[in-house]
Amino acid sequence: MENRVVITGMGVAAPNGVGLTDFERAIRAGTSGIQYQEQLAAMNFSCCVGGIPPVTEALILQYLTPLQLRNFSSSGIIYGCIAGVDAWRDAGLAFADDEPDWDSGCIFGTGISGVEKMREASYLLDEGRVKRLGSTSVAQTMSSGVSAYLSGILGLGNQVTTNSAACATGTEAILMAYDRIRAGRARRMLAGSSSDHGPYLWGGFDAMKVMTFKHNNDPTAASRPMSATASGFVPGSGAGALLLESLESARERGAKIYAEVLGGSVNAGGQRNGGTMTAPNPLAVRRCLHDAIANAGIHPHEIDVINGHLTATIKDPEEVENWAAVLGRRGRDFPYIHSLKAMVGHCIGAAGSIESVAAVLGLYHDFIFPSINCEDVHPEIAAIIDKDRIPTQVLENTGTRIVAKAGFGFGDVNSCIILKKHEHD
Amino acid sequence: MTNAELIVSLKQIVQPYVQDQEAFAQLSEETNFIDDLKINSANLVDIILDVEDAFDIEIEDDAMDQMLTVKAAIAIIQAKIATP
Repeated sequence: MENRVVITGMGVAAPNGVGLTDFERAIRAGTSGIQYQEQLAAMNFSCCVGGIPPVTEALILQYLTPLQLRNFSSSGIIYGCIAGVDAWRDAGLAFADDEPDWDSGCIFGTGISGVEKMREASYLLDEGRVKRLGSTSVAQTMSSGVSAYLSGILGLGNQVTTNSAACATGTEAILMAYDRIRAGRARRMLAGSSSDHGPYLWGGFDAMKVMTFKHNNDPTAASRPMSATASGFVPGSGAGALLLESLESARERGAKIYAEVLGGSVNAGGQRNGGTMTAPNPLAVRRCLHDAIANAGIHPHEIDVINGHLTATIKDPEEVENWAAVLGRRGRDFPYIHSLKAMVGHCIGAAGSIESVAAVLGLYHDFIFPSINCEDVHPEIAAIIDKDRIPTQVLENTGTRIVAKAGFGFGDVNSCIILKKHEHD
Repeated sequence: MTNAELIVSLKQIVQPYVQDQEAFAQLSEETNFIDDLKINSANLVDIILDVEDAFDIEIEDDAMDQMLTVKAAIAIIQAKIATP
């Protein structure tokens, strides 16, 4: 008998709120975390708006020591440590003493880590001053930086690793943690993902012209998933973390249970049939969504809410059509659908985990956060689903039981998880 | 610069890296950075960079290897300051 897997703790550092309380307040209210970024304008970016978590020095010192923070310029690791430690504490778990917690591990993903630190190091190297890199250049730039720092803080003794699947990273991390607990190889896994902020990460996307340049004067309206006036994504950053645990372990500890991970699926489109490095093969997307539903053992009609990938690019209508085709539901029969990216932008590697934290908060507290900036629904989407399926104001007490959360990424990779409200039995 | 003056400067430099504050309070020429102050060995390279900045000197790899105690550090710094 394979273990059932539940979520017992969460943490988040998002552009519109750091910590569960502030984040929940922000997403209920539809508060945008997108701001004008002087630095991007000064560096000739087309898109000069972005989302950066409001993190103060005083807050950071609650997670990392002054020594750890010497010459520290890897923002993604800071966000990851805040989210990860918060999730651990939220689950009511203590930091290990001398003996590591052999039953607990961590999968914390990222697209790329420590780009700003790498930039500093590159200048020193080019000047022939390799010695000046100091002792933390490696830890700050290795992909597994967040999981390594978290493991040291918490004292983890099970698998400690990182995953990378572009913008599907966060949802994939959750599924990898789920698989490990389900197979009985760990009792608890901290699953999350993080992303640095700033021009050295976002520049490549600006060059591809996939970020919007039409809303530099109106930052909070810039990220417009599913809107007729969507014109590209807005870059975001931060981290989300979820403590996954076997139901048995959670019950033994008397832990608060936010939700159950029913299952999910990851796959790839092989960059065939319309799929490319940057565009998804629609057949693969549909297969992934279909497999996730089958793996979770639910009927398509049981899905109440879709927390989409929905980045505010020209691909949004195609995603909605894929959902409609897989679920066999259209018009008024379609589930509610929303995108957190409207408020926080596209947090790249951190997107899947931050958005999953939002999905679980909605399940647990029974609300559906608004998909802001979608007053003008894209006509192709309006032809598939009823407009009122996209909430533009928060919906309370809808009795939501099941949320499907999807994430797709460059490389033509897909992921989808199915989350269910925990019913005490 | 006297050895006593050097120790004052050195204490300021190593303080952020010290993990044993009691041993730090008792710091003498005999103090070992790793065994007594419990400084993470990885941080020794950072201390050497900070020493280089503070005294405007350059410390070579051979000297770095020897700089494990306050006494050795003082000897290396004094020699460097004496030969500009």
